[in-house]
Amino acid sequence: MDFDLSEEQRLLKESIDGLLTDSYDFEQRKKYMKEKGGWSKAVWGKLAEQGLLGLPFAEADGGFGGGGVETMIVMEALGKALVLEPYLATVVIGGGFLRHAGSDAQKAAHLPGIIDGSKTLAFAQLEKNSRYDLFDVTTTAKKKGDGWVIDGEKFVVLNGENAETLVVTTRTKGDRRDKTGIGVFLVPANAKGVSKKGYPTQDGLHAADITFTGVEVGSDAAIGNPEDGLALIERVVDEARVALCAEAVGLMDESLKTTVEYIKTRKQFGVAIGSFQSLQHRASDMFVAAEQARSMSMFATMANDFEDAKERSNAIAAAKVQIGKSLKFVGQQAIQLHGGIGMTMEAKIGHYFKRLTMIENTFGDTEYHQRRVADAGGLV
Amino acid sequence: MDLAFTKEEQAFREEVRQFFRDNVPPDTRRKLVEGRHLSKDEMVTWWRILNKKGWGVSHWPKQYGGTGWTSVQHYIFNEELQSYPAPQPLAFGVSMVGPVIYTFGNEEQKKQYLPRIANVDDWWCQGFSEPGSGSDLASLKTKAERKGDKWIINGQKTWTTLAQHADMIFCLCRTDPSAKKQMGISFIVFSMKSKGVTVRPIQTIDGGHEVNEVFFDDVEVPIENLIGEENKGWDYAKFLLGNERTGIARVGVSKERLRRIRDLAGKVESGGKPIIQDAAFREKLAACEIELKALELTQLRVVADEGKHGKGKPNPASSVLKIKGSEIQQTTTELLMEVIGPFAAPYDVHGDDGSNEAMDWTAQIAPSYFNNRKVSIYGGSNEIQRNIIAKAVLGL
Repeated sequence: MDFDLSEEQRLLKESIDGLLTDSYDFEQRKKYMKEKGGWSKAVWGKLAEQGLLGLPFAEADGGFGGGGVETMIVMEALGKALVLEPYLATVVIGGGFLRHAGSDAQKAAHLPGIIDGSKTLAFAQLEKNSRYDLFDVTTTAKKKGDGWVIDGEKFVVLNGENAETLVVTTRTKGDRRDKTGIGVFLVPANAKGVSKKGYPTQDGLHAADITFTGVEVGSDAAIGNPEDGLALIERVVDEARVALCAEAVGLMDESLKTTVEYIKTRKQFGVAIGSFQSLQHRASDMFVAAEQARSMSMFATMANDFEDAKERSNAIAAAKVQIGKSLKFVGQQAIQLHGGIGMTMEAKIGHYFKRLTMIENTFGDTEYHQRRVADAGGLV
Repeated sequence: MDLAFTKEEQAFREEVRQFFRDNVPPDTRRKLVEGRHLSKDEMVTWWRILNKKGWGVSHWPKQYGGTGWTSVQHYIFNEELQSYPAPQPLAFGVSMVGPVIYTFGNEEQKKQYLPRIANVDDWWCQGFSEPGSGSDLASLKTKAERKGDKWIINGQKTWTTLAQHADMIFCLCRTDPSAKKQMGISFIVFSMKSKGVTVRPIQTIDGGHEVNEVFFDDVEVPIENLIGEENKGWDYAKFLLGNERTGIARVGVSKERLRRIRDLAGKVESGGKPIIQDAAFREKLAACEIELKALELTQLRVVADEGKHGKGKPNPASSVLKIKGSEIQQTTTELLMEVIGPFAAPYDVHGDDGSNEAMDWTAQIAPSYFNNRKVSIYGGSNEIQRNIIAKAVLGL
């Protein structure tokens, strides 16, 4: 049992923290938001230069063979700096599908562009009524000759506006909530019949609602078994949840730090408000919540490698519950302790709060995962 | 980073578990599961079994009878002990006064006290809190005056746990009334059988008798019963309180109780079916289990850190363990109350002597709920723990 980072992992952490300290303060972030697409190509390029976009991929595929802990380190750092760039969508999720089930040809076609930063991906999964159930899919992929024809609508596709390639979940067989008959396809964003409506999200990222109308793709577009893709989707989404847990830990760390600094300097009644016990206790409770979240983020990172898929999912669901509860408490109290200034767009704390809030509602909220753990028979 | 236990650690866990299976008296285990009080004999019998095995004072240095286990082994041992469950070693002797004596005591004191602590030949109790000194412990007033080759002790202690069984007490006494409050305190040990010691029971809201008031009226104590230096007692008290870091979370205790809740919830009916089939209840139970898992991981992080970087000074992370550990213990007793519903009400007098044997097990659930309100108060209330985090971690 060991919770320390290895020498290489420590270096990785130093290098990404260093990069973001130099190029990602709150003022710089505001500029990046105004760039085309809502994030910085230059920063993305730097992430590529440091090898971070190739981190989780096998060395044979041009990557660096990093594991869960490496992704955790990166996501925590991205959270801390409130990074806008589409690491989750491109490297963790899109890349995750390719890592777990991509054919050699698919890897050859997509990984070099991901790793050198020239291409980004987006995961078109959410539907109007699917909410958090990954198997609830109505977008259809129907066989046509050798290939497939995709029809349907996907919503809140993160990075959907910018991505060159979309990873789309579809129903190839059966009814809306069947657990079999689900396929995953790689679709070029500029394919005929793809129409996108992009918009900024509450937390300053960008997403799109995407309609697929008779979109034709070849037989080589399917990742894995096109009629039995749910296990793959669950696997990759579990990894995304783990990554979000780590990002949230970074966001909570920074929120707590910023809040403590604020109450040490803000004066009322002639003294720093941090000298008041009610505020000290609130800050202490934020610390407890953040530490519990960090523990579960680590647990989820390790659980990623559990061989038993049920055990893995249950552990990650549990982590998402803890992170959801902690982030709500830390986020809300960070605003409360900042007082009026915390309500303004001008202060950075509100932006952390908004990103934390959106994380809770991504890939299953606290209630959803709590129910999953309960139905799986608990965790003791 | 690697969360897995090694093969050796897993084998150690199995060894510990097997020893408990073979050696914990079944009645003792059953009483613990049902939340009953144990008699003095039952506890001492078990501790001597443990001591004979060489595990009675496992965390002491080897030369005083410790095991030389790693931090992880201690963690495993405690977890198995708590979740089997078997009675935990008497903290006042094994975790509190023992380490003070082998760290600050002289050779004579080590020889005289340590083996008797390990074998519970002496039952120790703790003389810290006073009626006017709870969270503000350093304001204590019990005084020890030097008179020839004796200390003359006068004053009152309170919340003295299981003093009714005790042979010995370790006591914080004011020896220099003119010094600043933390500076004039000494750490003195003496026999509870001394003339002038009176023990008066305090009945707690669960109806039980765990704690006592202890009065000292011109108690004469040999001068050599001072541990360490005169007027340095506050340092030893801080050492003592900071020594016990990871056990306070009582993860094993909560685990055992959660298993019991699951078990009972499968039997007790609500709406014509077992309560466990009620989605709302199941989710509440899962929520508690998740909190506990997070706490277990937090505890492991502290354990791993100790293993790597040594125990050093008290780690403020122990405050996190205390706060969350006590909250979760309290939640588990609330869940038991929820399971038992209207049958929480019947009352039966229960003592520490096992005389409540015939009583239905349900009658222990409400008392256990009442009794567990103490866990967020004792050992530095949760409010004090928040002060510690604010000061030591956040720099407020």
